[in-house]
Amino acid sequence: MKLWTTLTEPILRQNPVTLQILGICSALAVTTTLAAAITMSLCLTAVLVAASGIISTIRKHLPSSIRLIVQIIIVASLVIVVDQILQAFFFEMSQRLSVYVSLIATNCVVLGRTESFALHNKPLSSMTDALGNGLGYSLILIIIGSVRELFGHGTLLGYSVLPTVEQGGWFEPLPLMLLAPSAFFLLGGLVWLIRSLMPKQVETPEHKLVPAEEVPG
Amino acid sequence: MSDLGSLFIRSAFVENLPLTQFLGLCTFLALSRRPGTAIGLGLAVIAVMGVTVPLNHLIFQYVLAPGAWAWAGLPEIDLSYLRLLTFIGVIAAAVQLVEMILDRSFPALFATFGVFLSLLAVHCAILGGSLFMAERNYNLVESTVLGLGGGTGFAIAVVMLSAIRRRLAYADLPDGLQGLGIAFILTGMLSLGFSSFAQMTLP
Repeated sequence: MKLWTTLTEPILRQNPVTLQILGICSALAVTTTLAAAITMSLCLTAVLVAASGIISTIRKHLPSSIRLIVQIIIVASLVIVVDQILQAFFFEMSQRLSVYVSLIATNCVVLGRTESFALHNKPLSSMTDALGNGLGYSLILIIIGSVRELFGHGTLLGYSVLPTVEQGGWFEPLPLMLLAPSAFFLLGGLVWLIRSLMPKQVETPEHKLVPAEEVPG
Repeated sequence: MSDLGSLFIRSAFVENLPLTQFLGLCTFLALSRRPGTAIGLGLAVIAVMGVTVPLNHLIFQYVLAPGAWAWAGLPEIDLSYLRLLTFIGVIAAAVQLVEMILDRSFPALFATFGVFLSLLAVHCAILGGSLFMAERNYNLVESTVLGLGGGTGFAIAVVMLSAIRRRLAYADLPDGLQGLGIAFILTGMLSLGFSSFAQMTLP
């Protein structure tokens, strides 16, 4: 039961991207098409689960003064493996993702979860937590990726959904969706939506406006 | 000369790290609440990128690149798959070194942006700069310019965002947009502005 909450909590309620502000960097760059977003999610989830498992297994033998560098080296080695696998079997996709697969190594989701969870918990629950966070991250990536591909190209995973004008249909693709700003707007809107549905996540502002009749003096 | 100038403009504005390449967004959003901290962070990024990108270039070219060991009779050795691990190590070491030098020689400067330096050891913008350098085969001078330009672009963007957020501190926003939500929308608008630099080159 506890494992189940560890798994489901980060998917929406404690989402790493929209609540903890972790790992936004790669979340936006690779989402121009859904296929790239899914590949990136799979790579990140795989690295995150493996890194959490390894670090949690050796957590009792890890002196705290060098724990950061050890974590970084473990994560970077796993990322190199994933990168080489992509280059060997999915060469075109690895060209499209360019440096962003390597940048998983400095993705704050990975270090954040290993540092705050895997160092204090048993391997099984750490890996569950990692899987949950990976899925939460993937959810955001897949939502943004599908919106951008659908409105930018009129396709989903390469299959035509909205027939574009070029192919004799009616849909005029929106080039803005493929540019950088749209990713920021979409993520901002998504944060707004999630926080409207779950008012607990709303941040308290630094300065509160006071209605005029309550202003003293 | 004008090649280097346009490379600088390109890396600072056209390929602005946070706004068009999405690199370094974590610190970009987290530390842009006040202009003072934003300026400190910006300066630290310029300093660290200016040092690490050329350093990584030297190491990449003379140790890791395919054929770099030809002088030792081992022309078939290709260590380039190790570049990620090496770059991270070099960046962490360089950050530590810059920190120590600043602490010793310029204590006032260290007090302004010393705290951000240790954050920068795992910063996607800095690692990204080095990886782009390796992918595009720049030479030493070009990689120095790329490092400085990328850092300058990051600094300009983060100072601009912090100035806008400062203004918005007194605005009456919808609850859900408070904090992170509005920061994303502002970043999107800045990014829209920066995309107008796309066609810019030096005459």
